[in-house]
Amino acid sequence: MISQLSWKIGGQQGEGVESTDRIFSTALNRLGYYLYGYRHFSSRIKGGHTNNKIRISTKPIRAISDDLDILVAFDQESIDLNAGELRPGGIVVADAKFSPTIPEGVQARLFAVPITAIAEELGTSLMKNMVASGASWGLLGLPMEVFNKAVEEEFGRKGPAIVEKNVEAVRRGAEFVLEQAGGPLDEFKLEDADGKQKLFMIGNEALALGSVAAGCRLMSAYPITPASEIMEYLIKKLPKFGGTVVQTEDEIAAVTMAIGANYAGVRTMTASAGPGLALMMEAIGLSGMTETPLVIVDTQRGGPSTGLPTKQEQSDINALIYGTHGEIPKLVVAPSTIEECFYDMIESFNIAEKYQIPVIIATDLQLSLGKQTSEALDYDKIVIERGKLITEELPPNEDNRLFKRYELTDDGISPRVLPGAKHGIHHVTGVEHDQEGRPSENALNREKMMDKRLGKIRDLRVTNAIKAIAPNENPDLLIIAMGSTGGTIEEARERLTAEGISTNHVMVRQMFPFPSEMLEPHLAAAKQIVVLENNATGQLANLIKQNIGYHDKIRNLLKYDGTPFLPSEIHKACKELI
Amino acid sequence: MATFKEFRNNVKPNWCPGCGDFSVQAAIQRAAANVGLEPEQLAVISGIGCSGRISGYINAYGLHGIHGRSLPIAQGVKLANRELTVIASGGDGDGFAIGMGHTVHAIRRNLDVTYIVMDNQIYGLTKGQTSPRSAEGFKTKSTPEGSIESTLSPLEIALSAGATFVAQSFSSDLKQLTALIEAGLNHKGFSLINVFSPCVTFNKVNTYDWFKENIVNLEQFPDYDPSNRIAAMTKIMETNGMVTGLIYQNKERKSYEDLAVGFKQEALSKQDLKLSRQDFDKLLTEFK
Ligand SMILES: Cc1ncc(C[n+]2csc(CCOP(=O)(O)OP(=O)(O)O)c2C)c(N)n1
Ligand code: SF4
Repeated sequence: MISQLSWKIGGQQGEGVESTDRIFSTALNRLGYYLYGYRHFSSRIKGGHTNNKIRISTKPIRAISDDLDILVAFDQESIDLNAGELRPGGIVVADAKFSPTIPEGVQARLFAVPITAIAEELGTSLMKNMVASGASWGLLGLPMEVFNKAVEEEFGRKGPAIVEKNVEAVRRGAEFVLEQAGGPLDEFKLEDADGKQKLFMIGNEALALGSVAAGCRLMSAYPITPASEIMEYLIKKLPKFGGTVVQTEDEIAAVTMAIGANYAGVRTMTASAGPGLALMMEAIGLSGMTETPLVIVDTQRGGPSTGLPTKQEQSDINALIYGTHGEIPKLVVAPSTIEECFYDMIESFNIAEKYQIPVIIATDLQLSLGKQTSEALDYDKIVIERGKLITEELPPNEDNRLFKRYELTDDGISPRVLPGAKHGIHHVTGVEHDQEGRPSENALNREKMMDKRLGKIRDLRVTNAIKAIAPNENPDLLIIAMGSTGGTIEEARERLTAEGISTNHVMVRQMFPFPSEMLEPHLAAAKQIVVLENNATGQLANLIKQNIGYHDKIRNLLKYDGTPFLPSEIHKACKELI
Repeated sequence: MATFKEFRNNVKPNWCPGCGDFSVQAAIQRAAANVGLEPEQLAVISGIGCSGRISGYINAYGLHGIHGRSLPIAQGVKLANRELTVIASGGDGDGFAIGMGHTVHAIRRNLDVTYIVMDNQIYGLTKGQTSPRSAEGFKTKSTPEGSIESTLSPLEIALSAGATFVAQSFSSDLKQLTALIEAGLNHKGFSLINVFSPCVTFNKVNTYDWFKENIVNLEQFPDYDPSNRIAAMTKIMETNGMVTGLIYQNKERKSYEDLAVGFKQEALSKQDLKLSRQDFDKLLTEFK
């Protein structure tokens, strides 16, 4: 019996790789396994090799694995490209149609299943993926009913006849392979999972769900990989709560529409990736200057320019911090787990309103698109805080004065009323302004207003601005990272610990304002420090050096080939550093 | 009921004496009172330019944003609170150069926003460069040999983009302008009102006198039917874009707010934000 397993399906884009993966993993989720997915895809719709990998475990996992146990291949290319990952004794399930062969030097067992032939016999080659997934499910010896239920849900809309055909395809696939193998393979028999119902979703869904929970009722956005799922989720859900999604003409419209809607009192978000964020920069300044709440998600992908639109990278951090002209208060937060995507979204909407600032939530492609098991999401942790928003009726203003929307206060945060409120009229402008919002070039006023705005965020810290796992008082190595890499680091640390290398681990979750005082003691305690990032210039490492120091101790571990770190890579690099 | 005086504030406009924008300000104030608004029920969202300052000169809620973006901001305001009356406003550079993409798409989207463009055929705030509305051959600081690009016709573009309300006026004709803004405010959907608003400082060609000579008022055509889109297009072309009055109105097409499935009839901004436990659990089941 084994406690974990990695499964991959590969083929041409548009061949059913996605749907097979979806049904396969849904069924595993129902059985209570922990799952972590990785999608390899390119920016074409049909054609081009694509593959989805899922790691299955009886214990929580948050990383892709170094190797692979089972590869399901629709074509020889999928075998040639991925067989190298197979561990000795792994399995390839492939379509007999193309007479599959295992590359030299790979010790794997091949099951050539007449995938296309069975599918065509049942009526259409479209059902290839069902035959293939049935075959691999059969080999694992997992309960068929659970799988059939997932198939039913996938095809239910198309009527019972279609469901039946697909179920039959699954059965035939399993039957064929089990005959060849002589029954389910013992070496791939997974221990039973805890059977508890788990949530299984991509980061973008967690973000979108978090925004609904936060009271977001409008979204304005322009499609882009890897952010579009947020918009697609919200267009399905927001109308149920009276709201809507507007697909705008560009990201400038998206962000300014969100500013208008937030100004008028509705929690509104936009989401994009690097190219869209670049277009939004001037408007982010407007939000900062006019103290209008704003929430933006940046799902980072490979840059610069169009870069690697479907690949992993963490290279927007500098742009998000320094991107707008002039100096404004803002928050840049980087969730590092799927659960944090959900909770950070709620907190971001609260902070945007409490501090009256733009908040940018920076994920990366792997976090946004990797489908994974999430811990239960707690309804009781959904709190809505709107700060100094005045909802009761205001007294009449004396001698025709305007409402002091930018009143100078101790904490720099002014009371806010929404358009429509009687006696609340004031002006809002991106021009420097006085306490009533009127344009002012007065030098003293300028200083006061700059200090007011920038002062608001001096002590702003999100929940767990850093997340430390620090069992060692003076570790040989402190590993620092952000975004989706945390789980992979933990696996590498296990191996390092086993070899007697003591390590601590910190995920930085708040990029701006930088939580220096929280990070500093960890830096001080470590003998060496490595900062691990998916970019070429070490943006996080530079932030740490700039804000705290320790230039002599800090080393970079950078990966910018478009793929996330693997545990073995981190393990090897850390060993070499010591 | 508020009178136009209640839409005045005590901020002194920084426009040059004689600038056409003063009359546009007055017309908005009158029209707002005439349609029965209270100042707090109106939001004026403006762009950047001399004209963009207008939101600060009207006693109403106002947001003076960034260059070319008054329309998306105004649409956001309207979506958030459809009980507000929303005016977007700015110059011809703001709306037909840097903001042209938004103008076309706001027209297509047809949210209930009234867009008033102060068209002076030049860039005022940046001190006299060419605008998409400048005539060919027009000499400015940026076109010392005369503009060699064709003049943009916003009215034709609006019609071809599916506009449901297209009007044009002249800032000197306060009566017509006020009436058209009133009609725009009452129109359920997007209304474009292009206003010839002379820049007395930098445009020495398109002066008040020049407009008086060249404008063709639709009043001259008692049989003109503003519900006829082809007639509207023809009239714009025949007059070389100099026609004033209500050029086109489609009262049939519903506004975006009314077409969006599930979109709330009441102001979204007044809604309780908290999700019920039941709704939350229901959302979670999809991920199980
Ligand atoms: C992004 C950006 N680019 C350029 C400017 C400079 N700018 C301010 S107003 C303006 C054009 C003004 O012309 P128009 O919109 O016709 O308004 P007017 O001043 O004539 O009323 C320009 C180019 C700016 N504020 N922002
Ligand atoms: S420069 Fe022209 S547009 Fe600007 S205020 Fe003066 S007259 Fe009006």
